[in-house]
Amino acid sequence: MGGPAPLPDLFASMLRIRRIEEAIAKRYPEGEMRCPVHFCIGQEAVPAAICAQLARTDRVFSGHRSHGHYLAKGGDLRAMLAELYGRETGCARGRGGSQHLIDLEAGFVASAPILAGTIPIAVGAALSATWRKSGSVSVVFFGDGATEEGAFHESMNFAAARRLPVLFVCENNAYSVHSAMEGRQPAGRRIADMAKAYAMASAHADGNDAAAVWNAGAIALDHVRKGNGPYLLEFDTYRWLEHCGPNPDDALGYRTPAEIDAWRRRCPIEKLRRDSVPGAAEERALEARIAAEIDAAFAAARAAPFPDPRDLGAFVHPARS
Amino acid sequence: MRLRSFAEAIREGLEQALADDPRVCVMGPGVPGPTGIFGTTRGLAERFGPERVMDMPSSEQAMTGFALGATLDGYRPVIVHMRVDFAVLAMDQMVNQVAKWHFMYGGRLRAPMVFRLIVGRGWGQGPQHSQSLQAWFAHVPGFKVAMPASPRDAKGMLVAAIRDDSPVVLVEHRWLYGITGDVPEELYETKLGEARVARPGRHATVAATSHMVIEALRAAERLAPLGIEVEVVDMRSLVPLDADTLCASVARTGHLVVADTGTIAFGAGAEIAAVATERAFAHLKKAPVRIGLPHFPSPTTPALADAFYPRAVDIERAVAGLVGLDPARLPVEEPPHGPWRDTPDPSFKGPY
Repeated sequence: MGGPAPLPDLFASMLRIRRIEEAIAKRYPEGEMRCPVHFCIGQEAVPAAICAQLARTDRVFSGHRSHGHYLAKGGDLRAMLAELYGRETGCARGRGGSQHLIDLEAGFVASAPILAGTIPIAVGAALSATWRKSGSVSVVFFGDGATEEGAFHESMNFAAARRLPVLFVCENNAYSVHSAMEGRQPAGRRIADMAKAYAMASAHADGNDAAAVWNAGAIALDHVRKGNGPYLLEFDTYRWLEHCGPNPDDALGYRTPAEIDAWRRRCPIEKLRRDSVPGAAEERALEARIAAEIDAAFAAARAAPFPDPRDLGAFVHPARS
Repeated sequence: MRLRSFAEAIREGLEQALADDPRVCVMGPGVPGPTGIFGTTRGLAERFGPERVMDMPSSEQAMTGFALGATLDGYRPVIVHMRVDFAVLAMDQMVNQVAKWHFMYGGRLRAPMVFRLIVGRGWGQGPQHSQSLQAWFAHVPGFKVAMPASPRDAKGMLVAAIRDDSPVVLVEHRWLYGITGDVPEELYETKLGEARVARPGRHATVAATSHMVIEALRAAERLAPLGIEVEVVDMRSLVPLDADTLCASVARTGHLVVADTGTIAFGAGAEIAAVATERAFAHLKKAPVRIGLPHFPSPTTPALADAFYPRAVDIERAVAGLVGLDPARLPVEEPPHGPWRDTPDPSFKGPY
């Protein structure tokens, strides 16, 4: 691992996430994806540049805004879309929806919407990885709001105390739903700085700059893989759409037009375009490949069967119980 | 007969399960400590090491997630809370993650975990150290809830819980820890979800949980000389609830008293009474009676604790009311063995 950021690959990964999110947003008003969806448009760099540095056997956990993490880690697109459509072929057989993505084959263990809910679970997976000496690293993505939960601090404390192979990745998009940071967290204190209280290494970087994310991630993952204990990364980024749903929410007024405009100008995908990462021809071919993949995945998801209502009680208890 | 205490039975069950299956681990604050959770984990860390018998920070919430995360590698953690009340700190992980873990990922994950929750009644443990919250866990789909009342069941149900692929909440009442009974030496399972007729009788059924089974047996003993034969059904599990054994007993006796260690209102006893009423209504000669805690927090002072907790005498009065026995004929309650009734009765140690 390590080395310079493979920017063309990251561009492709980010563009794919963006196009998939846009396709979901476009179809969401049809009312057939009947579950809350938290879009990550504008925040694609962190999932892409972190997950690109992970092995399949490294385990990723996420929260409610998890599509990017799932896709970047190699989660199956058809199974994800089928899940949003509530189908039996969904990655959670329609029982979970957008907020409960899973692809064990790809090493995407679980996403769950309770803030900080998957953080201790990721730490536990790191703990058992050390028992098994499997070398697997746990990576858990969460937002700024989750760092206000007790479970986050309990997890940081224990992961540091046991020097567990966990990478904590905070995507700080500055808002917990509609609540700004002011009044939620101390002014002037970075989330990354909380690591100091746990004797944990940490770093802060621009989450909309794929190369910066890659570089910070490379240092952090090297630290974790060498057995030096956990690492906290904080990335500044920004959610373009409403907290939950496919629309902009500029009219709500909790974010100023100037702020929204400034962040849109910091589009992580556009930045790589400006840096001439993809050639125009390459990008056209990439767009075509992505569009074909998305069309096929939507067609498959929409054609898939719903769960049988007679199976309502399935999976409450496992078979051997 | 191989007499062991309830606490010894738990310790033996844990030790044998740890020896039997390398995936089993035990964790919680104080688990490897010098007092070993009232003796139930004593010596286990020395034998199995600090990874499998693991101390934890005072982080009940995250600790639950740590254990859940370890199940991804096949581990089967047993979490110990010295008081049920401490598990309240873990309710988010327990209710939102663990209980639904199998379901919400479409069966692709499972949470084979055991939660040993100890009810710390007595010696003024008070509002935050002596709650009986079994109904909370039973209410949440995904958990199994077991409440052993005998040393044999304590070991067998613990082993069954450890081998179960569902998360199992095991409610252990401190006042049972000292009672004795026959405990087989080998590793065995007591199937979850099967009630047992602890004492047969013809005139009234007392369906009881945990420590109230002991009180029910005592009541049955004291009513017998009056010609009242009480059938005591030890429910053993709340989830799954053995409605068949319960209703078969009600069909035999025609009367039901439900005695639970928790709060009456919205409690486990309410569910048991409702199931019996729905399924065996035709056999009931009178409405079932519930015995349990009033809808107040647990008091600390023994002066109030003595009035708070129901005892055998309350069960006797309930049975008398159902079978038409003049309560004046009930045996006089024995005086407490000390100044208060706020400690387990030393004359009631079993064997059971």
